[in-house]
Amino acid sequence: MIKIVKRDQPSRTIFFLTPVLAIILTLFAGGLIFYVLGFKPFEALKFFFIVPIADMYGFSELLLKATPLCLIAIGLSFCFKSNNWNIGAEGQLTFGAIVSGGVALLFYNQEGFYILPIVILAGAIGGMLYASIPAILKTYFNTNEILVSLMLVYVSKLILDYLVVGPWSNPEGFNFPETRQFSESARLPILFEGLRIHAGIFLALAAVVVSWFIFYKTYLGFQMKVSGFSLKTAKYAGYKGKKMIILVFLISGACAGLAGVGEITGPIGQLHREVSPDYGFTAIIVAFLGRLHPVGIIFASLIVAITYLGAETAQIFMQIPKYTGQVFQGMILFFLLASDYLLFFKIKFTGSKN
Amino acid sequence: MHKIFIRSFVSSLVFLFTLTVAAVAKDVKAAFVYIGPTGDHGWTYQHDVGRKAVEAAGYKTTYVEGVPESADAERVLRQLANSGHDVIFTTSFGYMNPTNKVAKEFPNVKFEHATGYKREHPNVSTYAARFYEGRAILGTIAGSMTKSNVIGYVASFPIPEVIRGINSFTLAAQKVNPNIKTKIVWAFTWYDPGKESEAAKALIDQGADIIAQHTDSTAIVQIAEKAGVYAFGQASDMDKFAPKAVLTSVENNWGPYYVERVKAVANGTWNQKDTWHGIGDGMVVISDLDSAIPSDVRAKVNQLEKDLASGKVHAFTGPIYDQKGNLMVADGKTADDGMLAGMMTYVKGVEGDIPN
Repeated sequence: MIKIVKRDQPSRTIFFLTPVLAIILTLFAGGLIFYVLGFKPFEALKFFFIVPIADMYGFSELLLKATPLCLIAIGLSFCFKSNNWNIGAEGQLTFGAIVSGGVALLFYNQEGFYILPIVILAGAIGGMLYASIPAILKTYFNTNEILVSLMLVYVSKLILDYLVVGPWSNPEGFNFPETRQFSESARLPILFEGLRIHAGIFLALAAVVVSWFIFYKTYLGFQMKVSGFSLKTAKYAGYKGKKMIILVFLISGACAGLAGVGEITGPIGQLHREVSPDYGFTAIIVAFLGRLHPVGIIFASLIVAITYLGAETAQIFMQIPKYTGQVFQGMILFFLLASDYLLFFKIKFTGSKN
Repeated sequence: MHKIFIRSFVSSLVFLFTLTVAAVAKDVKAAFVYIGPTGDHGWTYQHDVGRKAVEAAGYKTTYVEGVPESADAERVLRQLANSGHDVIFTTSFGYMNPTNKVAKEFPNVKFEHATGYKREHPNVSTYAARFYEGRAILGTIAGSMTKSNVIGYVASFPIPEVIRGINSFTLAAQKVNPNIKTKIVWAFTWYDPGKESEAAKALIDQGADIIAQHTDSTAIVQIAEKAGVYAFGQASDMDKFAPKAVLTSVENNWGPYYVERVKAVANGTWNQKDTWHGIGDGMVVISDLDSAIPSDVRAKVNQLEKDLASGKVHAFTGPIYDQKGNLMVADGKTADDGMLAGMMTYVKGVEGDIPN
């Protein structure tokens, strides 16, 4: 007989095992979907997960794709750990890109070592400014940060549209919606000749190290953890809640803003209407798949990044619709949430008692 | 005997050689990069119809749909160039810089970029369609059939392509009905059924009894059908989505161009070009006219279509005035392609300002 028993305490082992379980279940369900669609499941999975990263170029593209996801997810984990539901990282990314792109455009015909640091800093500040809106509204006016941060995503995209169509559009560009190209000094350096992977990856790695230190070695990290478990306890312990809320939003916004900088000063090199294929939303999946743990987030960002590359390869070589990549991302989150059930309940096999 | 043997040996070698050359030529592979899903019944759908024409002509094709104009476009292009494709069609404006960048790395692969203006390398061509010719036809129908003299127009982005369409439409409508006004709502999207519906409703509320669109979804013609006003299909024949409302559609017909270019690659005659084809070359096609269009209008439209095709009539023939009454094109003159390519002012009769 199978019995479901509630655990006294959520299991720590299961906590880190469920993401792995979710990935295995996703692969299995994905194979099944391919089979039903009439594709050879193993071949399809091979084109999805192995072929795209089989060479140096493919692997560098994987890192390129994972960099913004990792950076944003690290930032989001500050918010999520402390019970602040920032859903608007995409908006903070966009606004960061707008501010840093604006600065880069000021220097469009200049070269100089000082340009890039200013451009990067501008992006972080842009992201922080934009994240401070839901934070301040939440702390002082009790608004719901989920709604405010989400709605601001659309506002930021409209601002970007306005700028690239209107005042910032390339004067030599026949009024098409794009800005000038940035000067070389405003571009993040490429790490290897012929590949696109750029210095932005160091920003992501730095964020991983710093966040690990804050989470596990500082008083702030402890406060965040307590607030995450119980807001009442945090209040009882006398933590200054408002200050912390604003701080985690600012960190989160800075990370998202830097991800935006990485895209426009890395592979894109200008501002146009589509600087991010919704990295800010996908990073939410990455943060949870990585269990809000810096090292977990590294792995999660790589796994989610490969669903993008795999979808392209599978379409080119097997004519599998590219949108299956999004199906995979959805399935990973779905299975993760479903297997979280095992955190709180265990399945017991007992001998038949009839 | 010996000589005959050698001769036949040589000729059979030559024969074999031609066979292989023919086989190699036939093996040309074309790739297509799409901005949207192939099922959008608009822009991407029509490019995919063109791709199928290339398949039907005996060439292998590959496509990748839903490729964002972000950093991802470059990777998809490089992968296609790297995996044995000889010619790559990139079918959205935002692919312009990645197309030129990847073209530099793959000089043996031909690139064809739709709607752009950059041809930085000898293996990059650009192509676009003179949709404004189709819009002159729509304007003629709208001007003849409106009762309220207010025509609604859902526009996407204030770029020359769209402004040119609005102007061509309005000029043609004024020619048959000097009292008409064209009201514009900017949806700031190419494809968003929700936003497009809102825009169409707003125009109908303002008294428009005919709605034209320069966005890609079928939402607008469906709203028109419900509201009992007329509309025009965009990119593909949208009649089946709103049989009463749709008077006709302007179809984008890429097939002949795609087949011609892929064949040119196969024959080794491909060269860099900037193509801008209209009704005459069959890149712009007018769908069947709806039975609601009276016969006198029908005759006028058919004549205009013939004259645009033959070049007897140009959609931008002077005198053309802008909104402030300044002369844009003198009497009897026609606008040249340079003026059309950079057109960023409304003609007289269009209401409102270009958002900036």
